[in-house]
Formats: sequence, structure tokens, C-alpha cells
Amino acid sequence: MSLTLLPLLQQLVLVLAAIVLFLSFVLLAQTRLISAIHAFAWQGGLVAAVTLVVAAAGQMPHLYFSAALTLALKALLIPWMLHRLTRRLKLERHTESLQSPTLVTMAAVALVIFSYWLVLPMIQAELTFTRNIVAVSLAVVLIGLLMMVFRTQAVAQVLGFMSMENGLFLAAVSATGGMPLVVELGVAFDVLVAMVLFGVFFLQIRESIDSLDVDRLNRLRETPGETGAEGQ
Amino acid sequence: MDHYLTLPGWGLAVFQSLLYIALAPLLVGWVRKVKARLQNRHGAPVLQAYRDLYKLLAKEARVAHTASPLFRAAPYIVFTATWMAAATVPLLVVDLPTAAIADIIVLVGLLALARVFLALAGMDVGTAFGGMGASREMMIGALAEPAMLMAVFTLTMTAHSTNLSSVIDHHLAEGFILRPSYLFALGGMVLVAIAETGRIPVDNPTTHLELTMIHEAMLLEYSGRHLALMEWAAQVKLLLYGTLIANVFLPWGIGRGMSAAALGVGLAVVLAKLAALGAGLAVGETVLAKMRLFRAPAFLNLALLLSLLGLLSHVILEVGA
Amino acid sequence: MTMQTALALAGLAVALALTSAVVSLLAKRVPATLRLVATPLLGLAGLAALAAGLAALLLGGSIQATLPLGLPWLPWHVRLDALAGFFLLLIGVVTCAVGLYGPAYIRSFEHGPDSLTALGGFSGLFVTGMLMVVLADDAFLFMVAWELMSLSSYFLVAYHHEHGANRRAAFLYLLMAHVGGLMILLGYGVLAAFGTGFSFTELRAAQLPPVWAGVAFTLAFIGFGMKAGLVPLHAWLPAAHPVAPSHISALMSGVMLKVAVYGFIRVVFDLIGEFPWQWGVAVLTIGSVSALYGVLAAMMQSDLKRLLAYSSVENLGIIFIGLGLSLLFLSTGFRALGALAFVAALYHCLNHAVFKGLLFLGAGAILHSTHEHDLDQMGGLLRRMPWTGFFFLVGVLAISALPPFNGFVSEWLTFQAALQSWQLESGVLRSLVPIVSAVLALTGALVAATFVKVYGIAFLGQARSRHVRRARPGPWGMQAGQGWLALLCLLLGAFPTWVIELIDAVPREVLGGGLPQAGVHGWLWLTPVSAQTASYSGPLVVLMLAGIGLTAFWGLNHLWARGAPVRWVRRGDAWDCGFAPPSQRMQYTATSFAQPIRRVFGLLFTIDESVTQQEDGTARHRLKIGDRFWGWLYLPIADAVESAAKRVVRLQSGSVRVYLGWTLATLVGLLWIIT
Repeated sequence: MSLTLLPLLQQLVLVLAAIVLFLSFVLLAQTRLISAIHAFAWQGGLVAAVTLVVAAAGQMPHLYFSAALTLALKALLIPWMLHRLTRRLKLERHTESLQSPTLVTMAAVALVIFSYWLVLPMIQAELTFTRNIVAVSLAVVLIGLLMMVFRTQAVAQVLGFMSMENGLFLAAVSATGGMPLVVELGVAFDVLVAMVLFGVFFLQIRESIDSLDVDRLNRLRETPGETGAEGQ
Repeated sequence: MDHYLTLPGWGLAVFQSLLYIALAPLLVGWVRKVKARLQNRHGAPVLQAYRDLYKLLAKEARVAHTASPLFRAAPYIVFTATWMAAATVPLLVVDLPTAAIADIIVLVGLLALARVFLALAGMDVGTAFGGMGASREMMIGALAEPAMLMAVFTLTMTAHSTNLSSVIDHHLAEGFILRPSYLFALGGMVLVAIAETGRIPVDNPTTHLELTMIHEAMLLEYSGRHLALMEWAAQVKLLLYGTLIANVFLPWGIGRGMSAAALGVGLAVVLAKLAALGAGLAVGETVLAKMRLFRAPAFLNLALLLSLLGLLSHVILEVGA
Repeated sequence: MTMQTALALAGLAVALALTSAVVSLLAKRVPATLRLVATPLLGLAGLAALAAGLAALLLGGSIQATLPLGLPWLPWHVRLDALAGFFLLLIGVVTCAVGLYGPAYIRSFEHGPDSLTALGGFSGLFVTGMLMVVLADDAFLFMVAWELMSLSSYFLVAYHHEHGANRRAAFLYLLMAHVGGLMILLGYGVLAAFGTGFSFTELRAAQLPPVWAGVAFTLAFIGFGMKAGLVPLHAWLPAAHPVAPSHISALMSGVMLKVAVYGFIRVVFDLIGEFPWQWGVAVLTIGSVSALYGVLAAMMQSDLKRLLAYSSVENLGIIFIGLGLSLLFLSTGFRALGALAFVAALYHCLNHAVFKGLLFLGAGAILHSTHEHDLDQMGGLLRRMPWTGFFFLVGVLAISALPPFNGFVSEWLTFQAALQSWQLESGVLRSLVPIVSAVLALTGALVAATFVKVYGIAFLGQARSRHVRRARPGPWGMQAGQGWLALLCLLLGAFPTWVIELIDAVPREVLGGGLPQAGVHGWLWLTPVSAQTASYSGPLVVLMLAGIGLTAFWGLNHLWARGAPVRWVRRGDAWDCGFAPPSQRMQYTATSFAQPIRRVFGLLFTIDESVTQQEDGTARHRLKIGDRFWGWLYLPIADAVESAAKRVVRLQSGSVRVYLGWTLATLVGLLWIIT
């Protein structure tokens, strides 16, 4: 089904989903921690918007609730908690640049194509308008993981993790019209608890090793190595 | 193709090309004026750019002893190539013969021709500033050109044509459609336009005698009518990018057919669009600071990424599987 | 004219090239022979090849002949068809230029230490070899001619053998040429195993199972890719091409690499003939990597001829991008689009031969006049060698793919082919091809930057050394050779419709369909797919550029100036922001010009840069840029070979009886195996 045949609301869903993907790239390459948190908040807001529009376009009232929940949790509460955390950890001005941003970005582009390739058979089988978004959401998940691989700063890793969750949620909304309400509430609760746990952990890590650079955790391995950079 | 290779078509094409060089200083004057007002200055009159050009044209040209003939030929080549590139972009109406002579890849090629001669002219006298400007200009050009082509390819993949007239026709026929790919391509194109026309945050058009200058550094040795041509070419380039963004991404209002009404409406609408874009540029230049030179690659990488995402989202989201 | 005449002309070309080699034997006695007889003969051979190629393309069809040479059961077959004709034309164009250029250039060797006989003899054999490769119609003759080409060019690379670096370059070249030759031989072997014989007709008829077709393709791709200098098998090319005499460098870069492309096309498109889409992706990937890596490596160089050699890697990359696209389209059933990409690749072959030949001849002219090959020592040559400077500028604009010159047209066609990828059915391919076109766009822009550096540093500015300050324009013969190629750069760019009509015979023959749409709107309009999709008018672009530019010049300098109150142009010192008059040491150098790009793309190279403070207060800057592929590919292989050799060396005990014992053991072993 080509884009030109879709009603305007459904086109809007695609546009929003594409911007969610773009924000994943922004998260990946953003050097300033505070800006990355803002990008994450925007991503959450956009996922909520996608949910809202899908609800409006597909007449699925239970999605309105999901949208509200996502907005409250992903766009407001968690970013606010992260903000507070960075302030408590005195990381407001923290910047961190990737080793080779171009290569990482290219890897992310490759992941986008890869996820498209993965979901192609599914796209051909299904015929709902949101089907193409599955590729986008899978890419968001993979890029979140990529971000966790390449970022050394713990808060940035949490952002990667949370954006993976955004991707999963997007997939759920677009492929099946959202998860059952119970599951959704559970997941939301899990994410919240994870966030609280992360916060506690950070304070602890910070106290014990005086840094939030996860590469410093390499010291904790069993066999001693010559340099700290070698992971196990 | 034959339907627009007609005599009125050619006449209109010539008229439109002349309009490009006539309007270019106006846009620059307008941007300067808006910028001045935003900064609480009165600013020079909007028509000041014309007076500057006239004054430069009337002055004698001074050429360094060490300059080769290329130095004196370059302004004419740069001006001609930029003007020809501009002539291929529909300003008032679509379906002009100039669009058939050169499609959008040729447009990029002509701009590259102008850039190469600009850089060569900068290196000709053999001063440190000239080489510096040329080296930086070529780096920025090398990174901006692929981003521009990618943005353009996103459009042409949708319209299945690299002919600008056909692209615009296709969009008009299709009506209003929200395309994620256009959004990205537009973003990439705007960034490229800023870098290519030497605006803040990549280069400062009002700078002079600074180690950060790029465009200005290549023009340091020029004076008189040579300088006038170079400046004029830069103004045409700004107008070209403005028109490209205004007429390709938001084509509504452009004339179709050769009637006087279509021309009049086309002119009024494109002037309004350009005025808005110019004001936007002025606002951007007021609120942003110039970047360090080695931040520019990151800026252009963003442009390339946007254009690439445009292409990918076109393939993934917009085409039926 | 019939095809018989065309074949006879091709035979004449071979005979003339051979005669040139034989005549060179006299050069030891009479040095002037080389200049007055042998090199002009080579030029005539080029002219004959050019005529034969043109005739074959215009007439269409093909003609075969069997030579009374070769093995008793395998006589040599030759065949002239459109594909061979196109490459004959290409060889002819550059060889003609070399024939014009060579005599004056060789003159400086007459008092040198190196043998003129070797130069003339191997040049003749080299051209003979290339002509025979293209004409060969069986694997046997093909391999003989291929080895003749490789070996004679080895001797030409090693011509200035008194420098150790040159000998090492020549050895590396010999080694890799032979590994490549072996691969090609094995490839033919695989084809022949499923056919009835070694002639191309029989190989073409062979029915290969898909796996063995894949093996044959891989072998051919590696073998021809090695000769074509594709990354990562490119290491010999930037070492070998620059050290040969410049007119030979022009032949090697301009023509010999194209002969490798010919071989690839002949084996893959013609002999194998059916392919899965994966081959297209493989060729496309290698082509893109070569294009990008080649131009970045070229940007890093300060040695003019070495830079040009790296740029050949880049251009071959572009050609293989075209071929890869063609394979992709053909394998998915789009014959017309496949033909478009194929024509784009062939067009770029011709263009690259012309402008790279031109640039190497220009570099040779600089070398001849200043004995300088380091860009950082040049400067201001445009005013000292105006014609060479002008022709070189044309070459620079052409290679940078700028309209209205020829390089632009072939890149435009490649883009047009890539932009048709929306028709492909596979979504992944649809998203992959545009990325390749992004790489192509980046490459094109970087080429422009690289050649602005070359031209700006070498020809503009002020002379950076004494030799260069004393440069004189070269003899007319050298300038004529360059002028001929520069003229072709413009003509091939201005009249693309005619060129494509000429080339079109090749895809019609090899792929079974050409580009019927290209010239449908008359010679003025090039419309490769349809007028709706894209059109380009080379003649009008040339006309308008020249017209507007000259009008502006005339208007401002004559009409407008009439009422001018002051003198219209005044000469003075450079202003340079009012600093002290600039000296030549204050100019940007090639190294400093490349610095921003070196910084952006530094990751791809091993860069060793340091600034040390000397005792007298001056600072010293040192920069060494290495090829990462050495560490990734070549050194491990070299180490492995060396350690294997160390194991084998234990066999060498020095005792004759032990050796005889090994011989006995081998003999017994072999006898046991065959029973």
C-alpha cells in the first residue's frame, strides 16, 4: 500500500515514527548529557503522540490511556528523575564524545537497513498501515543497544536502555494496536522501578569508585589484567 | 519534452534568469535589514546591496603582480556557472526549457564548478589567507555536496525524475501528503544551504580579517568589478538555495502555464516565501554563534544523516512492499 | 568498409606495435631511432587501433579468424566484435597521444644511464600485449597476451632501476600481477571444465552449476580486480605506476587498468552470462570502497604521480560501481537499466583513459621541465608553462566531474542508473543502492578537493623552489599530445549523445539490448531513461557557459569601461590584509591544504605526525601517512609466507645425498599414487 493512498492521520503516524527514529540517532551522537536527556524526553513524547494518533485513527479507545501513561512516564517523570539525578551527581555540564561518531552513526544506519530486512517478510504478510513502523521500532531498539555498547557513561547507558523500551512500545502499538492493559501497566511499573534502582545504584557506584564511567567497573573482574580498558 | 521547448518558453526562461540576478541583491539586503532590526540597529536600506554592486562595478580593479590569467577569468566563470545553475530552478513557473537542459545533478555540478574556480582563484596569488580559505571551502564543499545530493535524491526517488520541473509537477499533482522523507530532506537541505552559502554558524558573511573566515578569505585579493561579480554570484547562490527550498518543498503557488495571471501569482507567492525564509535566516543568524571550524564536519554529518534518513524512510515507510 | 577491413586494421595495429619493439633494438647503436622511428610507429599503431575500434563499433557484428600460431591442437583465435572494438578505440586514443608526446619526452633519456632499447622494446611489447588481450578469442591466447602485457610493463616499471624503491615497487607489481594471472587462469580452468574447449565460443556454451559459476566469478573478480587495482588489492598500483616513465604511466593508468575491466566484462558478462544478484552487491561494495578509499588516499599524497595513481584506484572504483549496478539490474530482470549502468561504466572507462592519460602526460611535462615530482616544491607553473597549465586544467575539471567536461557525463549516467533503483523488488537492495550513490557523491566532491589542491599548489601561487622558478614550456610534441586528449575531454563531454550511440553497440551485443531512449530527442538532448525522467544537453550547456561568460567579459571590459574615469586594471603587490608582501614560503602547501580532510578522515590511515623543537629554535614538522591495508592484509600474508619458508628451509642441509634422498622419496611417492 503506497503512502499516497493513506488518510492524513495515518501519514502523520509515519512522520512521527520517523522522527522517533531520528531522535534515536540524536541520542546516540549527542555529547551533552543534559541535551541527551531532553532528546529522550522528546522521544517519549513522540511515542505518546504516535499512540494517540493510532488511537484516533483506528478507534482503539484503550490506547488513549496508554498514550497518557507514556506521556506521563517517558516524557515527564523519568526525564525529570534523570535531571534530578544528574544534578545530584553534579553532571550537568558533563560531555562525552564518542570515539568515532561517524562510524557509530554508519553502524546505526546499517542497523536500520538490517531491521528493515528482518521485518520484510512480515510486512509482505500483513497489510495494515502501521506495518512499516515495525522496522522503525526494531531499529530504535537496536540503536538503543548500540548506544549502551558505545557509551561509557552510566546515565547515558540508562538512556539507551530506556529508548530500547520506547522502541518496544512503538512496535507493540503499531503492530498489534497496543498490549493488553495489564501488561502495559506492569511494564510501566517495571520501568519506573528500574529507574529508581538505577538512581540508587549510581549514587552507590559514585561513592565507591568515584566515577560513573562504566569502563572503570572492569576492575571488578576476577582475573587481573594489565590495563583497565580490557573488558572480559 | 517537446511541449515546453517553445519560443515563449525560451523567452520566459530568459526573463526568469534575468529575474534571478535582479532579485539576488534584494534578498541579501532584506536579510541584512531584518538582522539589523533584530539586533536593535537601524541597518542599511534594503537596496544597499545594489548600490554596493554598482560602486564596485565602477571602480578600477587591482590585480596582484603574482596573479595568473586564471585570477582574472575566475570571476566570470564563477558568476556564469552560478547563474546557469540558478536558471535551472523554476522561480515563477514550471516547465521551462532551462529545466530540460540541466537537471538537478547538473545544478549541483555547476555549483561545484563555481566552487572549484573560487578556490583556485583564492590560491592563485599565493597568499596564506587564500590557501586557507580554499582548503576550508573544499572541505566543507566535500561534505556538503553528498548531503545535498542525498536530499535531492529523496525528492527525485519520489517523483521518479531528476528534472526539477517534473519533481514540482509531481508534487502539485499529488496534493498535500505528509512525507517523513520530505521532512528529513528539508532539514538536510536547510543545513546544506547554510553551509554552502557561508552563513552562521558555519561561516560569517560579515567577517573580514579574521582567522576564521572561509568565503571572505578567498576573495581578499579581489577588487572592483571582479569583486562585484564574485559577490553577486554569492548573492545569486543564496537566492538559488532559497528558491530551491521554497519551490521544491512547498511548491504551492508556482505558476503552471504561461498566462500573465500565473506569472503574477507566481511572482507574488515566491517573493512572500523568500521573504519568510530570509527572515528565518536572519533570526537564526541572530540567535546562533559561529562554530569552530572543526565543528563544521559534525554539522554537515548531521545534514548527511538527515538526508540519508530521508532516503531510508522513503524506502521503508513510503513505498509499498 | 567491412569488418574484414576493421580486423585487418587491428592486425596492422599489432604489427606496427611489434615493429616498434623490433626497431628499438637499433636504439643501442643509434639513440635517435627510438625518438624518430619507434615511438612514432607506436603512435601509428594507436591510430590504426583507433580506426579499427571505430569501424567495429559503427559496423556492428563480429568477425573471427584463426591464426596459424599456437599449439598444434589449439590454434590461436582472434575475434573483433563491438566490445573488443570499444577497448581497441580506448587503447588507440591514448597510444596516439603517447606517440605524439613520447619523442620529445624520450629525448631527455638519451643521455641517461638507462637502456633505450629496453624502453622502446618493452613499450612496443606492452602495447602489443594489450591489443592482443582485447583481440583474443580463446583462453590460451588471452593468457599469453595477458602475461606479455604484465611482464613488459614490469620491465617498464623497473626502468629506473637504480633506485631501490623502484625495484621494490616493480617486484611487488610482478608478484601481484602473477597471483592475479594465476587466478584468471584458474577461472578459465573452471569454465573450461564444464565446456568442450578453450575457445571463447566453447566457454560461452558451457553450462555451469551455480556453485561453480560462483567460483569462476570469484576467481575472475580477484584476478582482474588485482590488475584493476581495486581495494584491498591495490597496494602495487600507487607504488608501480608513478615510477615508470611518464608516458608509460599514462598508458598503464589510462589503458592497462581498462584492459583488466575488459577482461572482467568479457568473462562475467559475456562468457558466464548469467548471474545472481549477490554478485552485483559484491562488485558494488568493492567498487564503493575502492572509490572512497582511493580518493582519500590520493588527497593525502604530496607526490604528484603517486596522487594520480591513487586517483586511478578511485576511478576504477567508479567503473566497478557502474558494473555492479549493471549486474544487479540484469540479475533482477531489468535489461534496459542494466544496459544504462553498463554504458555508464564503459563511458567512464573511456573518460578515465582520456583524462588520466592527459594528467599523467602533464605530470610528465612538469617532470621533464623541472625534475620535480613533489607538489610541495612546485608553484606558479601556469605562468611558466601556459599550455601545459591550460590542458592540465581541462584534465582537472574533467576528472572532478564538472560540467561540461566528460567526467561529468559518465558520473551523471551512473547516478541516473542508481536512481532507478526504486524499480527493484527487494527492499534491501532499494535502500542499499542509494547509499552507494551517497558514496559516489562524496567521492566526486573529494576528487574536486583533491584536484583543486593539485592545481592550486602546482600551477598557481608562486614557485616554491629554484628548479620550478626556471621551468620552461616543453617542446610542441609534448603539448600536442596533451592538447589532443584535452580536446577529447571537451568533445566527449559536449556531445554525449553521439558517444552513447557509438558505445551502444557494445550492450546491444553483450547484453542483447542497448539504450534506445538515449538519443530519441535528437543529438542535442541526452535522455537515458525518458525525457520525463532526466535530460541533459551538453552542447547547450557549453554554449551557454561560453556565451554568458564571454558576454559578461566583453560587456564589463569594453562597453561598461568606456566611461570609466580611472585606469581599468592596475597591477600591484598582493594585499593579503596589509601584512608584509607574501613570500613563497608563506603559501599553503599540499600538506597543509589536505590537513582539514586529513583530520576528518584520519581514522582510515595510519598517520604519524609530530612537531619537534630544534635546538636553534626552529620547529620541524614530520608527517608520515601509511596505508592501513598493509597492516590488515599484506603484512600478515608476508609474515605467513616467511614463516612457512623458514620451516621449508630445514630441508636445505647442504648434503647432495640428502637431496637425492628427497628426490627418491618423491619419485616413489608419485609412482605409488598413480598406480
